[in-house]
Amino acid sequence: MEKKQITQKEIYDSSKRGHTAWEELKGVLRYKDLIFQLIRRDLVSRYKRSVLGIAWTMLNPLGTMLVMTIVFSRVFSTTKSYSAFILTGLIVWNFFSQTTQHCMDSTLWGSGLFKTIYLPRTSFIVSSIGTGIVNFIISLVPLLIIMLFTGVPIKLSAIMLPVVLLLLSFFSLGIGLLLSAYSVFFPDIAEMYTIVLMAWMYLSPVIVPEEILASILNGWIIKINPLYYLIKLFRSVVYEGLFPSLSLFLSAAGISLTMFIIGWLVFTKKSDKFSYYV
Amino acid sequence: MSKQKIINSNGNFDIILENVTVRYQLPGERVRTFKEYAIKFAQGKHKKRSFLALDHINLKIKAGEIFGIIGKNGAGKSTLLKVISRVLIPTEGRVVTCGRVYPLLQLGAGFHPELTGIENIFLNGTLLGHTRDEIEEKYQDIVEFSEIVDFINMPMRTYSSGMQARLGFAVASAWQPEILILDEVLSVGDVAFQQKCQNRMREFREKGTTTVLVSHSPELITSLCERALWIDKGEIVALGKSDKITQGYKTKMGV
Repeated sequence: MEKKQITQKEIYDSSKRGHTAWEELKGVLRYKDLIFQLIRRDLVSRYKRSVLGIAWTMLNPLGTMLVMTIVFSRVFSTTKSYSAFILTGLIVWNFFSQTTQHCMDSTLWGSGLFKTIYLPRTSFIVSSIGTGIVNFIISLVPLLIIMLFTGVPIKLSAIMLPVVLLLLSFFSLGIGLLLSAYSVFFPDIAEMYTIVLMAWMYLSPVIVPEEILASILNGWIIKINPLYYLIKLFRSVVYEGLFPSLSLFLSAAGISLTMFIIGWLVFTKKSDKFSYYV
Repeated sequence: MSKQKIINSNGNFDIILENVTVRYQLPGERVRTFKEYAIKFAQGKHKKRSFLALDHINLKIKAGEIFGIIGKNGAGKSTLLKVISRVLIPTEGRVVTCGRVYPLLQLGAGFHPELTGIENIFLNGTLLGHTRDEIEEKYQDIVEFSEIVDFINMPMRTYSSGMQARLGFAVASAWQPEILILDEVLSVGDVAFQQKCQNRMREFREKGTTTVLVSHSPELITSLCERALWIDKGEIVALGKSDKITQGYKTKMGV
């Protein structure tokens, strides 16, 4: 009995740590219950004091869609069902912009805790993405309603949705990790990022139809935009009802996974130094 | 198997520090913006002025003992705790701990004001590395110990600071820790609750928990600890029996 207890003791040896990226991955898996609690906290605390609560996750993109449709439908009259077009773009865009910003905020919030207790430092970032996924799924409800109203059929290609969401999550996680890793050392990044996001949105086919962006710089403006592939993928399976071409799918998957790996490696390398910044 | 081997080579020590050095960058010299960074880099001046918070500390803490650390503000006490609780990776040297390190969260850090007491118990418990099942198992104990049964379904923002501290302590001390880190947190709540806290500490000691206690108060160190360390400017001034150490400290401080 005594012996059994001793073998269960955890040994930590600062000179015998494995590769930080790998240690972190193991840590996150061990702390998965914490990640669920953090997601729960984010969802509950966001809506607790508002009357309509979780309905805002659906009303928010609908409201934006309504404004955008009124403002731009005359300008971009070429696209069929412009409101469904905008809403599909907005859902992907909101996921990306909100989760990446949330990653930075939660790392900053967690930095107080990182200085007192050991936690896998990516856990707040991973949970930010988790919160985004829940919001994403909820915001599919208004999309469904709008598609039914405007006569956009839902086709079999929609079964690809989980895969698309997974790729989008990996991409956002990668960007979120990179931003968080550097914003601890340079807080200016958070401010700069809001401006970058605004430009990024107008250079992505969120509101502006793809054909118009394709005419800028011979189409390079969208070819070098990683989000273009993800928005196109999502629109293809939901809005157009088409299975994506293999090249589109592979581009999106390649970009997302590469971004995730880079983000993970950079963040875990930098995070050892977080506690040195008082 | 390999774990067993390490334990044997550790002998009877739960915490071992070998030549542990921590060098912080001085805040004034820290580069905060890209512009500064670019200028510094261009000038080739990005070399860092540093501050030694811990200077080649060698220390062994025995399994099951209550070990005190005393020193002035800024002497390196908190840095030492951070190194032990694996929050800070030392710049040089080696830290070995045997068993889960458990720092008591100061007054419920990590509590969320909008969540209820129940939700915060689960949040705080998982922050300490416990699983949902482990928390469910201890849930009743935690609520009873914290004495806030009536408020447990209310949002945390309705709690007084004493209630928050009590809940924080109740969650953190619900599990028998292997290594416990206490940073001046025993002064929580009213006298009756403090008594409960101290009883729980005593229980832990009887069951073999290794405790590291940091305090400004020589009296507390003498009454609770067998051995103590006096640290100043990142260096060990004295290490030994707690009454002798605190005596020396008091003489030096002119208390």
